[in-house]
Amino acid sequence: MGILNVQNVNKRFGGLKALSNVNLDVKENTVHAVIGPNGAGKSTLLNCLVGKLIPDTGTVTFQDKSVLGKKPFEINQMGISRVFQTPEIFSDLSVLENVMIPCFARRDGSFKVNALSNMMGQRDMVDQAEQMLIDLHMIDKRNMHAASMSRGDKRRLEMAMCLVQQPRLLLLDEPTAGMARADTNNTIDLLKQIKAERDITMVIIEHDMHVVFSLSDRITVLAQGTPLVEDIPENIKGHPKVKEAYLGEAA
Amino acid sequence: MLGLNRRDFAMLLLVAALALFAPFILNPFPTASGLSQFNAGYPDLMQRFVIFGIFAIGFNILFGLTGYLSFGHAAFLGVGSYSAVWMFKLLSMNVLPALVLSVVIAGLFALLIGYVSLRRSGIYFSILTLAFAQMSFNLAYSVLTPITNGETGLQLALDDPRILDAANTAGSVPVTSLFGLEMRSAVTLDLAGWSFTFSVGYYLCALIMLVAFYISVRLFRSPFGMMLRAIKTNQQRVNYTGLNSRPYTLAAFVISGMYAGLAGGLLACMDPLAGADRMQWTASGEVVLMTILGGAGTLIGPVLGAGFIKYFENIFSKINDSILHQWFSFLPDWMENLLVNIFYPFVGKGWHLTLGILFMLVVIFLPGGLVQGGQKIARKLGFGKKSNSDTPAE
Repeated sequence: MGILNVQNVNKRFGGLKALSNVNLDVKENTVHAVIGPNGAGKSTLLNCLVGKLIPDTGTVTFQDKSVLGKKPFEINQMGISRVFQTPEIFSDLSVLENVMIPCFARRDGSFKVNALSNMMGQRDMVDQAEQMLIDLHMIDKRNMHAASMSRGDKRRLEMAMCLVQQPRLLLLDEPTAGMARADTNNTIDLLKQIKAERDITMVIIEHDMHVVFSLSDRITVLAQGTPLVEDIPENIKGHPKVKEAYLGEAA
Repeated sequence: MLGLNRRDFAMLLLVAALALFAPFILNPFPTASGLSQFNAGYPDLMQRFVIFGIFAIGFNILFGLTGYLSFGHAAFLGVGSYSAVWMFKLLSMNVLPALVLSVVIAGLFALLIGYVSLRRSGIYFSILTLAFAQMSFNLAYSVLTPITNGETGLQLALDDPRILDAANTAGSVPVTSLFGLEMRSAVTLDLAGWSFTFSVGYYLCALIMLVAFYISVRLFRSPFGMMLRAIKTNQQRVNYTGLNSRPYTLAAFVISGMYAGLAGGLLACMDPLAGADRMQWTASGEVVLMTILGGAGTLIGPVLGAGFIKYFENIFSKINDSILHQWFSFLPDWMENLLVNIFYPFVGKGWHLTLGILFMLVVIFLPGGLVQGGQKIARKLGFGKKSNSDTPAE
């Protein structure tokens, strides 16, 4: 069994069956993509993994421990980080401060704060955050106001915030949505670099095929809440069921 | 210095100097001159400046730093006052135990209200706090009369037990003191037409305000303060970063409730009575105005805002029509009357109108409050681009 295991997950919203009998097994240190047309249930699935939604039935385990019923912050403490469709960063803070907060959370996930110590006096955390910024080539922007950055840079910052926690599993929700081609390619390079440099498992939700095929080791195709096929990218490309799901025609 | 960086320390020194020399700074006009009514350097008013400064500093920790707009902060002020007066009645006229009790009781009260209210954020949180404060106000007025003495307000009486200093309660109601140093005692210095008053009560308040200010600077610069700013900016990301935001917001709420309790306790120390009015929603609204006017999320802003509003309330409101007539008496009669009629609605009882207009102007043109105004002026005068000492939480 892989690092992340989803078994027979069902989720209904009123009369709409968003997920039905979804099974997913993600092997450690691989990039697993979940693709599918709009409304296929990709984001619902992701939200079930991070504790934002609770599936009606089924199990979700991470490293053999169930994540169901846990709050998002508890799931994060288990080693799962999430990148959002629109970068969720602390836009009022500087880039360095943005990265220091997860450093801090990583060190004392519980409520242990020396309320009167000086933040910038925490040398080890400053160093850790700066090293992360060097790794992701944004150290020159360390004092910049996070709100004033480009979308691509915000995405990069969000990745830095996730990675500095050294998660075992990184979930990416359409990491290139709404990006220009150049930004998209930068993001792909960044993800490749991340993958090459550390032991990390990634689950990518995406509908941009270019991104999916350049990154993933395995792909699951989701349509109307049900997994159609799961295979390596080469076999997915010309798969008749996939064409049918995307183009709505009998292949 | 004192665990602060150079800029913060300079600001602490500035606040200390302002507080120390307030009797001079606020008395710029000679006693005999016609402008002496604009002097604010008398103990009662100066005490108000610093006490409401403390209230606003505490409120800023919750509103400016954490982004939770409480509309019921006056409840803690009132609870602090009641606790202090009870301490005077039961234990001793020494202000120290009274202040300790005010802070503790206000903190416990904040813990209770915060625990419930912080389940919601945004406007729902504001409404919940408002509801709690109004509830406390109405209870203090009616059901809780044995504790609060209802409409009359809680006052000292000759036959109060006062366990620790029963011996010296002969004849008249004793006055508040700090180990024998009476709060109301003052020294007046007459100097070439000017008259400066230095009162013990004011300097005690100022000292406590400095300590409160220092603690708030440390909080702003600490990891805890950074977490609060993170919560203000993006609670979603905080939750997905493995942090439970609830204990942080609750701690911020309790700390700011304790500041309010301290302010309420000090009010009672300066004048040992406590009425339910102190908890009314207008009082809660006032501290919101102070913080926004001065600059929410800045360090020094709330203190400035508190001083500004209290100055208006006490000085501007005293200008009546006869004073206006006196000012314009050098003009022809018809012009004098015209000008008096134009200015009259804005002064005296109409001071709220002036304050309202000023508030609107500040919010529209200086969203960062008076602090932002100060920074703009400083930049215009060429004091470097980096003079914005408290922008991090702008």
